[in-house]
Amino acid sequence: MKKISIIIVYLLSSICLVWAGDDSPTVASNKTAIDLVQSHADYVWTLVAAMFVFFMQAGFAMVEAGFTRAKNAVNIMMKNLMDFSMGSIVFFAVGFGLMFGASKTGFFGTTGFFLSDFKVGGDPWILAFWMFQAVFAATAATIVSGAMAERTKFVGYLLYSVFITGLIYPVFGSWAWGSLLNGGGWLEGLGFIDFAGSTVVHSVGGWAALAGAMVLGPRLGKYTRDGRVKPILGHNIPLAAIGVFILWLGWFGFNPGSTTAASKDIAMIFVNTNLAAAAGAIMAMLVSWMKFGKPEVGMSLNGALAGLVGITAGCANVTPTSAIFIGAIAGIIVVFSVLFFDKIRIDDPVGAISVHGVCGAWGTLAAGIFNIGGTTFGILGVQLAGIFACFAWTFPVAYLLFKLIDITIGLRVSKEEELEGLDSTEHGGNAYPDFATINHGTMGEFGGPSGSKYEPSPSFASKKIVDPA
Amino acid sequence: MKIIQAIIKPFKVDEVKDALASININGMTISEVNGFGRQKGHKEIYRGAEYQTDFVSKVEIKIAVDDAQVDDVVETIIAAAKTGKIGDGKIFIFPLEQVIRIRTNEKGLDAL
Repeated sequence: MKKISIIIVYLLSSICLVWAGDDSPTVASNKTAIDLVQSHADYVWTLVAAMFVFFMQAGFAMVEAGFTRAKNAVNIMMKNLMDFSMGSIVFFAVGFGLMFGASKTGFFGTTGFFLSDFKVGGDPWILAFWMFQAVFAATAATIVSGAMAERTKFVGYLLYSVFITGLIYPVFGSWAWGSLLNGGGWLEGLGFIDFAGSTVVHSVGGWAALAGAMVLGPRLGKYTRDGRVKPILGHNIPLAAIGVFILWLGWFGFNPGSTTAASKDIAMIFVNTNLAAAAGAIMAMLVSWMKFGKPEVGMSLNGALAGLVGITAGCANVTPTSAIFIGAIAGIIVVFSVLFFDKIRIDDPVGAISVHGVCGAWGTLAAGIFNIGGTTFGILGVQLAGIFACFAWTFPVAYLLFKLIDITIGLRVSKEEELEGLDSTEHGGNAYPDFATINHGTMGEFGGPSGSKYEPSPSFASKKIVDPA
Repeated sequence: MKIIQAIIKPFKVDEVKDALASININGMTISEVNGFGRQKGHKEIYRGAEYQTDFVSKVEIKIAVDDAQVDDVVETIIAAAKTGKIGDGKIFIFPLEQVIRIRTNEKGLDAL
């Protein structure tokens, strides 16, 4: 008992000593303390948001896998793993400097490569900022994967992913967002509004996806000779749906996190993000119901994503009511856009071009139209300039890149490999070894179980990795 | 002895199995199969494009029985599997030469 009271007395006196040692608080010292708390909160919020955005990689992987055939699921997991992994390294080495380095021209940055802005013992904010921007860069890269699914050579895809995170995305990003750090782009100088990246991230990914899908051509059997669309069914709609839910969740980091500051602004951005997604899903469902007679699941899932992409530019500068309109219109646009690209025979298995490219453009325009501070033809003109600049930079460069890959190492797998599935031919694996997979009616005139026009070529026989004989 | 092969609607499996159990048929093999007859397939929609599913899912039941039981079994299956709508399925009957129980080497009726 005596010991305990001695300890208590000792503790109390030591606390008094600590108090006595402190200077009494002043206005200045209080301000420093408050600033410190704010700055810590900024770190936490930015990095938590980065975690959400990182999780979107899982969402993209599940959407893509669900909307495609079981025989390519391993390939899709590998593409999604590698575009993030390679993208992280490339963005560290090159992309971040191009995007946020000091820029004399306004067209690209020239400092900060290899994260050289970080000095040991220096301000670690650069690290938090880099992490948040790295997951964004990877998002732009991974959008393209879906549009090119089921027929792209793995090596070609790896090479592409280096160039989108190392060149295409950061250069456009520097035009619109460079001043968030050391840069300063010509587009943001005009007053371009794109808070979280309808254009910077999603349209860049979407237009690169368009270029990729065009250079590749459609999957075998997707379009018949008489001009009809022959759908190639996705193998797991619940997987695609969970992917959409993960993306929706991830967007709560993507949009509100783009404050890169713990502020009260995030509340409205959260609400806008959610309302736009909901409105997009509802409208896409209604349009598909009216057009096809049934509420179709693929279009409805795309509708939620369309709403999310649509609100991304304006999430911080439109009202919640406007967010509903923006999302609803995106949900309508996406259905007609998917049908349009099918009509002109650009095969996009997951609808990435429509969701990210087209609805990204719509969202960017909508951020000007529904601007809380009012809109002018000047604002709309700048928004249109940004939309156009994004297409004019991304599409030709990506098209050229894909063409070059196609000519040199090849962008598309052989016909035989495509029919066999990329899992066994590209990776020597099988996503579902314990399940039998029966395809009915998806290969049609190009061969497969019912067509029987397909004869394995000698070169294919030697390439085959799994040989039962 | 005969093999009775019945192709029925998948949701009728339990009813048919219970009905057969009530007339002392205590063994059968079932598999999930796809096919079409007069029912043909039906149209579905995927991402805005219509397609025809030619093969409809069915369950195939195989039962080996003594000749004397054939009529009973067939009537029981019909009674349990019938909905009266197109696609109820078909029953095929084949002669069965021999049956052997692997565990005991019993043959013929003893092995049933």
